[in-house]
Amino acid sequence: MSDEKEWPLYEVFVRGKRGLNHVHVGSLHAADDEMAVRHARDVYTRRNEGVSIWVVKAEDITASSPDEKDPLFAPAGDKVYRHPTFYTIPADVPHM
Amino acid sequence: MTTIDPELQARLETQFDATIASNDRIEPRDWMPEGYRKTLIRQIAQHAHSEIIGMQPEGNWIARAPSLRRKAILLAKVQDEAGHGLYLYSATETLGISRRELTEMLIEGRQKYSSIFNYPTLSYADVGTIGWLVDGAAICNQVPLCRTSYGPYGRAMIRICKEESFHQRQGYELLMTMMRGTDEQRAMVQESVDRFWWPALMMFGPPDADSPNTAQSMAWGIKRNTNDDLRQRFVDMSVPQAEALGVTLPDPELRWNEERRHHDFGEPDWEEFMQVVKGSGPCNAQRIAHRRRAHEDGAWVREAATAFAARSTEGEDA
Repeated sequence: MSDEKEWPLYEVFVRGKRGLNHVHVGSLHAADDEMAVRHARDVYTRRNEGVSIWVVKAEDITASSPDEKDPLFAPAGDKVYRHPTFYTIPADVPHM
Repeated sequence: MTTIDPELQARLETQFDATIASNDRIEPRDWMPEGYRKTLIRQIAQHAHSEIIGMQPEGNWIARAPSLRRKAILLAKVQDEAGHGLYLYSATETLGISRRELTEMLIEGRQKYSSIFNYPTLSYADVGTIGWLVDGAAICNQVPLCRTSYGPYGRAMIRICKEESFHQRQGYELLMTMMRGTDEQRAMVQESVDRFWWPALMMFGPPDADSPNTAQSMAWGIKRNTNDDLRQRFVDMSVPQAEALGVTLPDPELRWNEERRHHDFGEPDWEEFMQVVKGSGPCNAQRIAHRRRAHEDGAWVREAATAFAARSTEGEDA
């Protein structure tokens, strides 16, 4: 039993309905891509939760470092002028 | 395991503590104390195993359900339990343990599952009672776990809680239908409730005084309520439901306490609880033997799928 090779891990993304993004819902094991889609249907969409499924092998995902204080995100931190609230506009100017 | 320098270790610990203190979630690749990881693996795996073993007592009645409607409902419910087990196994695997190890630990008896599933389902009314009381107790336990500090566990619990409500309602409806039937059917319901009430109360675990892990688990935000708090909540919820159903809960000490604004109730037989947890319950051996057989009988399917996938990949390369 122990020498059996484990099936690869897939991450599952489901589009709830047309017009929405695919969103990560969880993961599962499958022998190949097609079986991963079938398993994802049974595991994650038993109650009409989706109209479209993506699966991707977990090992194929490249991620940023897990640290939330990562310098990768630092450049966005001090650029408040990218937000509309940075600009003061008189209250009586319409449609702004 | 690589050793890390004490300064870095201290900084990681401070960060972890700050995340917990601000009620933020810990995610899989974050640094976490070894004790936190071990506690989570034990708790989530036990939870996953319970869902998987929990398919057996009810699966026992699928072929004997009295109508196509009841059969379809029961099939859907047992399929949900399989799904819940899979969500939870996935969450456990994010902590660095493999599915194969988890399955092996279950069938070798090295990890536990909820003791409630070591009781037999002797009559069809048990299908209803399990939905009402066992799933009801599970919901009491699980709703606060949606806010647990470990992200993947909380997300799995949210999915599970959404689906669990159907489980409880179908059970209660089944019992209501039987209570509208013959005297014999009503007696079946009462007999079933008599057998399941105390084991359902035991599902919340030993009394707080005998639950050494609770304090640490609550400090880490893994557990959000103590065993006794949740047990009290369950009793208070169940009493009016039992009245509406027309059954008696088998506890002579059960009564409303105006001062506490809660029901007083008797003490479960903790000796029996320990016996069942240690493996001497009515069905422990049978449940594990069945799970082992299903795993071993399915080996050829897993092997065939692996071989098929390998050959398809070779085909692409050629």
